Amino acid sequence: MSSEGGHSWARAFRYTFVRDLRLRIRHGSEWGSPLIFFALIVTLFPLATTPDRTVLVTFAPGILWVAALLAVLLSLDALFREDHDDGTLEQMLLSPVPAWLLVLAKMCAHWVMAGLPLALMSPMLGLMLALPSSVFWVTALSLALGSATLILIGAIGAALTVGVRRGGLLLALMVLPLYIPVLIFGAGVVRLALDGIDVTPYLAILGAMFAAALALSPWASAAALRLAHSG
Amino acid sequence: MACGPYWTFVVKCRARERRARRDDPARDNERQVGLRVQLEGRQLGCERDERWLFQALEFSIEDGDLCRVEGPNGSGKTSLIKMLTGQLEPSEGAVLWQGKPLPKARAAFHGALVYSGHLSGVKEALTPLENLSWYQAIGIDDDARSVAARWQALDAVGLKGFEDIPVAQLSAGQRRRVGLARLHLLNRPLWILDEPFTAIDREGVAALEHLVAEHCHKGGAAIVTTHHAFSSVAFTRRIGLDGHGGHHVL
Repeated sequence: MSSEGGHSWARAFRYTFVRDLRLRIRHGSEWGSPLIFFALIVTLFPLATTPDRTVLVTFAPGILWVAALLAVLLSLDALFREDHDDGTLEQMLLSPVPAWLLVLAKMCAHWVMAGLPLALMSPMLGLMLALPSSVFWVTALSLALGSATLILIGAIGAALTVGVRRGGLLLALMVLPLYIPVLIFGAGVVRLALDGIDVTPYLAILGAMFAAALALSPWASAAALRLAHSG
Repeated sequence: MACGPYWTFVVKCRARERRARRDDPARDNERQVGLRVQLEGRQLGCERDERWLFQALEFSIEDGDLCRVEGPNGSGKTSLIKMLTGQLEPSEGAVLWQGKPLPKARAAFHGALVYSGHLSGVKEALTPLENLSWYQAIGIDDDARSVAARWQALDAVGLKGFEDIPVAQLSAGQRRRVGLARLHLLNRPLWILDEPFTAIDREGVAALEHLVAEHCHKGGAAIVTTHHAFSSVAFTRRIGLDGHGGHHVL
């Protein structure tokens, strides 16, 4: 019975994951806007500050990370809202599968569509900020890991504000303080790499934050969804 | 490594056993019989904005019961339904599933329930077939039945031929029907339906009435809120709310 239960849980996870990917791909504009936002912000910085490469490169880690953080924040409002509005969230909460598992599937799909692309775009935008190509990998890795953590943390806020109309600002106010450690260490990884120092300690801390968020967030988000939904 | 062939043999035998169990048609009936409906409300009360919509509501729903929740707009029908499905914590009292309070019996209870509320629960960007396969996956339905069951359910709600069209392009009534296909799709003993007849045409209403009556006749149970008069079906239970804190249970 337990193996069969595990099997059907895995199936529920897989179907929810695929369903969310499919929905994102069909709503092309919704999916693309955080990525375009990310690219736009990064593009504007050299125009507004200075084209001087030596100055620009010192700002590059911060600019990339702040822009990525805001892009993730922008995308989070949509994480549960549509499901809440059309009643599929209700069906998820009334499923015999534990809600945290379905929520985790949604977060994974969200990362694939809104977090991973940021990491993949970062070398291109890094080039614009005069980042040397030697740190491209580290930048992408820090953003991939960091965006996953940001999505996990932000999902709790998104779940709490799901019943609130125009909850975007509220979400930002709730979640931003929790984002600060991720931002410090995420941008720190890139800065250390620029200085040619070993990045593994910072990466390890970033990884630890990801692990803690992964353990707590699906459960907390599911509880928050139940709370917000019953109101 | 000497035991390699033996292990492959054992694994193969187990897989065959599992397949046989899954294909066994008697299994569905077994499950249906195994799960008995026993849903009770104990001293249920609902408070909204410092006003009691109902208080001290006592009832029990068992196998074969067809229960109607009635009352004027704003009398707390939907709140009661949400309490019964475990979405809303009762302001006082408790809902029991097979003798256990709902939060503790959540997984077992939700494994026995199909709920259709005011929101259709249908994804508009997906096709009806995709919607149904997701319902099956999160409803932990049987693997072996799944494809055939999906087509059967689509046929039963009159959506055959529309299976590949995104739901957004269907009419309001057809969207509702996609949601109601859950009743055919998932083999569950308890149906809780909040205003199921909204936007459905006359034939659809008759078919749905018939379906609910047959479900209860076969030993399932259903709780329905509706303003619509069932033409052919007798309710075994009624919960009436008057919206001023009073109620009657028949």
